[in-house]
Amino acid sequence: MAFFMQQVVNALQRGSFYALIALGYSMVYGVLMLFNFAHGDVFMVGAYIGFFVSSGLLALSAVGFLSLPTGVTLALVLVLTLIISMLLNSVVGMLVERIGYRPLRGAPRASAAITGLMIGIILETSNLALLGAQRRSFPDLIPGETIHVLGVNITPKKIVIVAVSLLLMFGLHLFVRRTKWGMAMRAMAYDYVVVPLMGVSINTIALLTFGLGSALAAAAGILYGVAYPVLDPYMGVLFGWKAFVAAIVGGRGSVLGAGLAGFLLGFIEIFVAAFLPSTMRDLIAFSIILVILTFRPHGFFGEPYSAQLRL
Amino acid sequence: MLLSVENLAVSYDRIKALHGISFEVEEGEIVCIIGANGAGKSTTLRAISRMLPVEKGTRMTFGGQDLLSYPADKVVSELGVSHVPEGRRLFANLTVMENLKLAAFARTDPRGIERDMERVFGIFSRLKERIGQKAGTLSGGEQQMLAVGRALVSARRLMLLDEPSMGLAPLLMRSVFEALEGINREGTTILVVEQNARMALHFAQRGYVLESGNLVLEGRSEELLANPEVKAAYLGG
Repeated sequence: MAFFMQQVVNALQRGSFYALIALGYSMVYGVLMLFNFAHGDVFMVGAYIGFFVSSGLLALSAVGFLSLPTGVTLALVLVLTLIISMLLNSVVGMLVERIGYRPLRGAPRASAAITGLMIGIILETSNLALLGAQRRSFPDLIPGETIHVLGVNITPKKIVIVAVSLLLMFGLHLFVRRTKWGMAMRAMAYDYVVVPLMGVSINTIALLTFGLGSALAAAAGILYGVAYPVLDPYMGVLFGWKAFVAAIVGGRGSVLGAGLAGFLLGFIEIFVAAFLPSTMRDLIAFSIILVILTFRPHGFFGEPYSAQLRL
Repeated sequence: MLLSVENLAVSYDRIKALHGISFEVEEGEIVCIIGANGAGKSTTLRAISRMLPVEKGTRMTFGGQDLLSYPADKVVSELGVSHVPEGRRLFANLTVMENLKLAAFARTDPRGIERDMERVFGIFSRLKERIGQKAGTLSGGEQQMLAVGRALVSARRLMLLDEPSMGLAPLLMRSVFEALEGINREGTTILVVEQNARMALHFAQRGYVLESGNLVLEGRSEELLANPEVKAAYLGG
């Protein structure tokens, strides 16, 4: 039982990363009918931004340039790192949209897919060129002793990671459901073409969507860096693909679906690795996903959309 | 002159849909463009609301402004031209209220928005009863009311209406057109395109006849209703 609960705790942490990244894929797919294949690399960029922001803040406070209250220094650095990096990475996402995708609006789907892959490669290789091949180790922002609860090992890291992820997802859910900007995103998910007739600029909503997704990816990158402190330029590739699959399983444009599917993928992976050789992990995880998609080709909760593609 | 269209030409994939048509709409008028299916009626409206690229040589002005220098969303939010598209195109996944709020997205006058919403509910009281319902669950008539309501909230100098009679039972159609007359009396200029020529000509003061991308006739509605060619081609003899 303790072993089982331990896996649940581990799965919640892993699922948090997938869920946060999957949301970015899902929103862009929902609102713009576009797979942003660069999103995994935007997650990587977010992790690096987080690395530089947190290292910078720690260095500033170490030399006394920035006076942070003792006792909560690291917590404060974490919060500041999250806020600053999410803002910076949303700018990265908006640039990807503005430079990479906007000129291709109305172009065949394949052009956008190729562009996404290219932007991903550019982000990876420019990271390599600018920062060199050495890996970076993320500062430990959430230290603390492991707590043992009924034989289950829980670290403060895990609690914070899962809590921050859930909080961000809930925030996004409220944004999409309750604000007029979220309403415009849902409208665009349903009928992209007719949105300008409401006086709403498609370009603005596209930027917003990319910005939000990239901000969440930055949060995922920071939390990932806290959990697995080694960053490298290709960290977003496989991770991004997996989150992309979670987004598809969750259903186009669905915040709840992407969140649930992200956690589901985390659970499958952790439990397969717990009971079977870990080399089987991806094989089995993706086989289960394929079975799910066979029975629910549109995923769990896809947003409905109009079949009319032109006015 | 509120709207002036000169030499409007549009092509879809190198096939000409409009061959350089010219027409005008005065402030306060109701003008109709009638024509058969495929004559280019919807294309005309889409070009005015900047949803379609136009060919070189086209000139369009609205209230003295060069229409071609505005993107589609600014035609609505800055010039005040609303467009009720073919097939209504409501956001079926949003509620009635959300559809109306979205139409007010770019407006920054909360009081004016509230007043216009009240006006919509005054004209179409059935919408008020369905305020929290998803637009996809409305009947055809209610959907048309919401489409017109949405246009009223988004902009109200000029309303472009694409086949408002489509899919409506005669009685309902009449009440929608009566509502539109009321909207016009309150100051909104209307340009309507219709296949139902009789309905359109009774509704409008002036009309144009569009045939395969060319305007072939124009005149006051009474003249067109009495015109033997129009009678034979569009009014069932």
